Amino acid sequence: MTAHRIYGIFLRNLYLYKRSIPRLMEIFYWPLLDLLLWGFITLYLSRYGKTLPNFVAFFVGALILWDILFRSQLGISVSFLEDVWARNFLNIFVSPLTPIEYIVSLMFVSLFKILLAGTIMSLLAWIFYSFNIFVIGISLIPFVLNLVILGWTIGIFTTSLILRFGQQTEILAWGIAILFQPISAVFYPVSVLPRFLQAAARFNPASYVFEGMREIITTHIVPLQKLLWSFGLNALFLIAVFAFFCRILRAVKKRGLLAKIGE
Amino acid sequence: MSEPVVEVQGITKFFKSFKAVDNVSFEVCPSEILGIVGPNGAGKTTIIHMLLGLTTPNAGSIKIFGLNFNDHREEILEEVNFSSTYTSMPYSLTVRESLKVFGWLYNVKNSDDKIDELLKVFEIADTKKMQVRNLSTGQLTRLNLAKALINDPKVLFLDEPTASLDPDIADKVRKYLLQIKREKKISILLTSHNMKEMEEVSDRIIFLHKGKIIASGKPEAVVQSFRGKNLEDVFLKVAREKQA
Repeated sequence: MTAHRIYGIFLRNLYLYKRSIPRLMEIFYWPLLDLLLWGFITLYLSRYGKTLPNFVAFFVGALILWDILFRSQLGISVSFLEDVWARNFLNIFVSPLTPIEYIVSLMFVSLFKILLAGTIMSLLAWIFYSFNIFVIGISLIPFVLNLVILGWTIGIFTTSLILRFGQQTEILAWGIAILFQPISAVFYPVSVLPRFLQAAARFNPASYVFEGMREIITTHIVPLQKLLWSFGLNALFLIAVFAFFCRILRAVKKRGLLAKIGE
Repeated sequence: MSEPVVEVQGITKFFKSFKAVDNVSFEVCPSEILGIVGPNGAGKTTIIHMLLGLTTPNAGSIKIFGLNFNDHREEILEEVNFSSTYTSMPYSLTVRESLKVFGWLYNVKNSDDKIDELLKVFEIADTKKMQVRNLSTGQLTRLNLAKALINDPKVLFLDEPTASLDPDIADKVRKYLLQIKREKKISILLTSHNMKEMEEVSDRIIFLHKGKIIASGKPEAVVQSFRGKNLEDVFLKVAREKQA
């Protein structure tokens, strides 16, 4: 064992962090988000734990629904990365395929992944925890649809950032959706959050979905207003992110970055 | 003389303050092979990327089939294709699956027959069921070329297409390019660092240096104008003189 060889590899990794803000952020990003998420869960349980009517439904249901959002996002951004990793990106973009067709096809990939993951998770939740996701009823469909759309929006946004800043930002493909988790009211209500985060949560379509889901489980009434808010915000964000993607695409073509990311 | 299929007029490309392509104009005629030669960083690949819409020029215009590229992107790209030594195919897919995907992207009728034909031409029919990740570099290059011909393009852009091929396969590829040019009237824009290859296949060449065309014409005329023995000799002269 030699110190200089060990130092060589140590140095090789340090150099990576020297020039990469995403890598540097990654060091702090996950612990910070974990702390926020678990901190608010703990706060919620310490306040309302004893009065929660259907503990399993709240948490397992929330986990399955969150995973739908996450798969939806990965369906876009990781599928895009697959072509970058395979150096197939240029072949795709010199075909007659339009950018919008490309995104729409990734949305179908995302739906396929969600169907598979959602089925398996629901089945396992039923086997292991006797939890039936359909306890939420038919209103589950529009709520899930909202999570899927938000996942697409985050996926397209992430893809745009990777296009612009290159492969060094690919970590975002797994990280950005998680950023939304603490303000999505997945495992606790928005009211648990501090005021400034409550304000942020109001602009997050997912918070209405998870709050709505809990409302259905406890009151058996579909909160239409929450559903409408979620759809409205999602429509707005989806249009905005499409425009953002097209703008970034134009910019990367001008800078010659599209060709670079594909080689 | 028939109308050119590719018309490039005064294209210029800056990357920040670096001028990668400087006021370049040329045409490619039907059934013509135009070779672009020049040292590394001369702007060859950037020109191909601009012709394919991957990079936007800062100035100048590009017309393919008489159509402005920006206004008729899909229409043009349906009749065009590209192969580069620097690109690959999806690693986890088999050779046949990869080509099938591109058959769909280019709306190729009877793509199965076309795939079989191309794999035979490039002598990789035995790899049809192999995953792309398991191909040798030479096989992968030939797969890229097969992809580039999947839609029977009228114009083909080839960026160093024989760079990783052994002399035997490279020779076969050159002969095939000459054959499809003759029989299918394909126009080809080709870059290569193999000067012998460029002399052999190009009807005309343009010589680029630091983003500018410094010579153009038939290969023998370019060689004569520099008083060289062959294109390789000219290349070395230009590259070394300009460095000095």
